[in-house]
Amino acid sequence: MDKPLPTSLPTPRDWTSHSPYIHPDYRSTVLRGPKRPLLPIKAHMADLAAPVYGHEDLGELDHDLTRNARRNGEPLGERIIVAGRVLDERGRPVPDTLVEIWQANAAGRYVHKVDQHDAPLDPNFLGAGRCMTDSEGRYRFMTIKPGAYPWGNHHNAWRPNHIHLSLFGSTFASRLVTQLYFPGDPLLALDPIFLGTPEKARERLISKFTLDVTEPGFALGYEFNIVLRGLAATPMEK
Amino acid sequence: MTPGQTPSQTVGPFFAYGLTAEQYGYPFTSLFPPRVAEPRARGEHIRVTGRLFDGEGKTIPDAMVEIAHVDAEGRPVTSRDTAVASGFRGFGRCGTGTSADQSFEFHTIKPGVAAPGTAPHINVIVTMRGLLVHAFTRLYFEDEAAANAADPVLASVPAERRATLIAKRIALPEGVEYRFDIQMQGPNETVFFDL
Repeated sequence: MDKPLPTSLPTPRDWTSHSPYIHPDYRSTVLRGPKRPLLPIKAHMADLAAPVYGHEDLGELDHDLTRNARRNGEPLGERIIVAGRVLDERGRPVPDTLVEIWQANAAGRYVHKVDQHDAPLDPNFLGAGRCMTDSEGRYRFMTIKPGAYPWGNHHNAWRPNHIHLSLFGSTFASRLVTQLYFPGDPLLALDPIFLGTPEKARERLISKFTLDVTEPGFALGYEFNIVLRGLAATPMEK
Repeated sequence: MTPGQTPSQTVGPFFAYGLTAEQYGYPFTSLFPPRVAEPRARGEHIRVTGRLFDGEGKTIPDAMVEIAHVDAEGRPVTSRDTAVASGFRGFGRCGTGTSADQSFEFHTIKPGVAAPGTAPHINVIVTMRGLLVHAFTRLYFEDEAAANAADPVLASVPAERRATLIAKRIALPEGVEYRFDIQMQGPNETVFFDL
């Protein structure tokens, strides 16, 4: 599938919706976030081309984390469905765009070798998946609800249940790496990563439980819509 | 209308088995490996390497770097079919957790000129634990001094900071390597752009 180059400029990053780079409550930001102001850039169209990929790059079970790493049975934990739409800021669907996810298992343990949390790995669960949106921007994952886990940010720090997401969207500028949270999680009010986001935008990070996505007798469903930067209405100068 | 842009969150320390699985030896395929150009791709084959440093000058072992650039003729890769046919994918990812010195290392081709009056460059996205919004920068080439001097984006950068965007050319027996270290903070903080 050909991805034509954008013909207008991307809408700007809305900094009132994003965390500052330095957010001292999240300690790792203090030495890692850039301290100088970002410089404006007038990008050329060729610099705005999104990466290319296609449905044929994905495995049949890539979207189903309950099946894509089975060895000798089903993964443990609560099966859930996470589904939603990828939209631009004007509410238009972003079709055929890649959605990549990764997460801890039901016990709050990551497969990653560096994760030393004393909780069991699940031989039948990797915790990585991906899919592409359809022509209406819809995506859908089957997975296991991730557990909370402790981390070293401060005394008795615990991350809320969350799923990591990575998206490209239609241009290089619409790149987004984020995390999806679950409604009613008491750890959200204590989590410096979540709280780094300006208050008015935090709710956008919390998925919604809905029977519309829930499958009777099988799995609870959570809806999570994702809004990426789009293209401005004004065509770009040649 | 929508509620607004979905906020960015950190990639965290444990992205590798999802985003760079083959590089780290996890049982999942990688859609965007650090080899951006196959040996058959047209153009000058180069390696692009570097390390990331935090505000105390320590190397960062859990960052992910993504690069994107045009082909040797200056054309962007706009379809998967083109990428498959040419052997040049135009986009790659590399984590800094698999080499002894926390380097990233890409195998690619030197990009051509995408638009008249601009210098060859590579677009770079940096993300890591402790970075709540990914950071965007550009790599320019040391041996393109004339083109660099005319490049409008480089010209927009204060002169004393331009050197943070220039990769050093190192000729090795196995080929040309461009070294591009990224300083997240400090007196030589790399220039990051609001793209």
